[in-house]
Amino acid sequence: MNAPANPRATTHQSSRASARVGPLVATHDPALVLDVDTLLDDRDRGIIVCCGSGGVGKTTTSASLALRAAERGRKVVVLTIDPARRLAQSMGIAELGNVPTTVSGLSAEGKARGGSLDAMMLDMKRTFDEVVQSQASPEKARQILKNPFYIAVSSSFAGTQEYMAMEKLGQLDKDARLSGRWDLIVVDTPPSRSALDFLDAPERLSSFLDGRFMKLLVAPARGPARLMTAGLGMVTNAITRIIGAQVLQDMKAFVAAFDTLFGGFRQRAQRTFELLQDPRTAFLVIAAPEPDALREAAYFVERLRQDQMPLAGLVVNRVSTIPAGDLSANAAMTGLEKLRASGEDHGLAAGLLRLHADHKVVVEREKRLTKRFATSHPDVPTAVLPALSTDVHDLDGLRRIGALLGAQVNRPDDRNSDHHGDHHGTPEQPADP
Amino acid sequence: MSAEPVASAPGQPDGQSEGQSDFPGVQLHIVTGKGGTGKTTVAAALALALAARDKTVLLCEVEGRQGIAQLFDVPPLPYEERLIARGDTARSGDVYALSIDAESALLEYLAMYYRLGRAGKALDRFGVVEFATTIAPGVRDVLLTGKVYEAAKRNRRNKGARQYDAIVLDSPPTGRIAAFLNVNSELAGLAKVGPIKAQADTVTKLLRSSRTAIHLVTVLEEMPVQETGDGVAELRRAGLPVGGVVVNMVRPQDLDAEEREQLLLNTVDRGELVASLDKVGIPAEDALVAALLEEGRHHAERRRLEDSQRAVIDALDVPSYELPLLPGGVDMGGLYELAEALTEEGLA
Repeated sequence: MNAPANPRATTHQSSRASARVGPLVATHDPALVLDVDTLLDDRDRGIIVCCGSGGVGKTTTSASLALRAAERGRKVVVLTIDPARRLAQSMGIAELGNVPTTVSGLSAEGKARGGSLDAMMLDMKRTFDEVVQSQASPEKARQILKNPFYIAVSSSFAGTQEYMAMEKLGQLDKDARLSGRWDLIVVDTPPSRSALDFLDAPERLSSFLDGRFMKLLVAPARGPARLMTAGLGMVTNAITRIIGAQVLQDMKAFVAAFDTLFGGFRQRAQRTFELLQDPRTAFLVIAAPEPDALREAAYFVERLRQDQMPLAGLVVNRVSTIPAGDLSANAAMTGLEKLRASGEDHGLAAGLLRLHADHKVVVEREKRLTKRFATSHPDVPTAVLPALSTDVHDLDGLRRIGALLGAQVNRPDDRNSDHHGDHHGTPEQPADP
Repeated sequence: MSAEPVASAPGQPDGQSEGQSDFPGVQLHIVTGKGGTGKTTVAAALALALAARDKTVLLCEVEGRQGIAQLFDVPPLPYEERLIARGDTARSGDVYALSIDAESALLEYLAMYYRLGRAGKALDRFGVVEFATTIAPGVRDVLLTGKVYEAAKRNRRNKGARQYDAIVLDSPPTGRIAAFLNVNSELAGLAKVGPIKAQADTVTKLLRSSRTAIHLVTVLEEMPVQETGDGVAELRRAGLPVGGVVVNMVRPQDLDAEEREQLLLNTVDRGELVASLDKVGIPAEDALVAALLEEGRHHAERRRLEDSQRAVIDALDVPSYELPLLPGGVDMGGLYELAEALTEEGLA
């Protein structure tokens, strides 16, 4: 959620309004190709974060990367946010468990290489509860957990999912280091309005919990706050009039109980941020060849740079592949008109020419869009995934996508027509919240 | 295309321009859809189509994405109703656009109902605005839907404000739509009394009435269709009025069932195809013929998937409307084409 009134979101907005960073003139070097397998095999990389706007296939991409890494010998855990039902079922994580479960069905070769794959789906409320329980005394934790205000914040606050995804990442990382159970964590990010939300959410929530307003609620008559008492009276009066006295009471109780945890939350948010900046982490930005998705990807790339977070590359999903044969869209349309004018029945030929013309137009448009991205971000290695003609909901499907991701190096210019797709055929997409 | 007349649609047909609207009594059109299905495009096309029926239309967005501004190629929209499209005939209305953000809505609400000029500023300074709009659960949605309500039911508090015949809301995605519109239940357990609760009740009354219709945008793929089905069920459970399902980006229907079958089974008469191409002066090289057949086969596969998904949509028992895929992307011209299709099919 976008909120200009709060400090983090303002930063986020102003970061969008800030100067563009990149080459000032186009260079003609060919775009860099993302070497997915080298990334997956790099033992110094312990975390891969997949981010991008909603509907671009983040969940499928992260699951495919996780499976491929596991079958190449890594011990992987993948954290998904909201997978498609059938995909979740095929991975054995259809039930919210909030703990990783082992995915069966890894190839024998992968097992022989020492690989393993665990998967989990984020349960944000339970994750929040666990944070509270780990931070507070049992009695205080009980008090907090049953507070109506806490229940509402932990289950429906717009930034909670993002915050808890990052919290869970921190937990998995700690667990991985202590137990050695995993050497690679792949994280899918929540399908936020903006791909940047998950970077801002931890800071936003903690700055709120730690904020002036909350402190004033607890101790209106102490210290410097007393000087503002007149203003505060007006404020609490207004709040009472608008949302009612009961809510204010619940809030005060919540804040009082949470008081000692504030610092903890801020620290945790800070640690998460540092973890994301760590060279062990790699960000993959996922996009589709559409203006909105690529614009979001561009913002993201620039934001990662600004925050010194390690960007590994861009994955463009569901791209229409170039058909062999060089008949132009115009030539096809001209042929089509002549066929129609002839008055004879050329149904199939006419239909195919029309499809070809449309397809050429789509391919050209997508090429223009991705090329524009490459021109303004020439140093971002890119992988391109062709659109598939069927949806993906099992390990075989994920494996197929993984193989396509791995086959980027030596990618032929005119991509192979085996996976030749048209406009928005898609492997499958993650759900929006 | 597969739209059926809605017997249950409330109100009187207005009998204007091309055919009748399936939703003549509806003032508030809420457009939702899964990410990537084009709900903003559909909302904009619907607004244009309604304006073409001589209505004054307000097109709103609530997520701060500035999708409307991008679509109409205008600078980012402020919290202020801006004219973005004007009809060129005597029988067509105008489209205004508004980007609603919770902070501005809260301050406007306070000013309108509490004359809280100074206190409003103080609230901001104490972080209360931030609190109410980002973290207080449900309050944000009450503010956003509350502003939509205000635009729909203008009263004397907002002096000299424009009256709208129709409002089109580009709303949050399908996964969040029921929670977003069900403002009452989100507040339940928190605010049981007080003005914010009263406000939520009033808004809910409009949202549940026959003056509102919630349209769901999808594409003919498994996940979005499944989510659409879940969304319809959820809206029905919450007592919110489901309008139509808009199937976006439908592939061209140039090949008939028999031709598609031949492509899938690889039994196409190549000689005939080559002859047809030769006849119109297209050199039928092997590579070209192979490419055409490959494109055709892929199209046939995709169409088969689309047909299975269309059957799922038909089973939802909701009127459906289909919009074609625009290969060149959506520009203003494309938007007018989509608006025309929506008018012809009766969504507008």
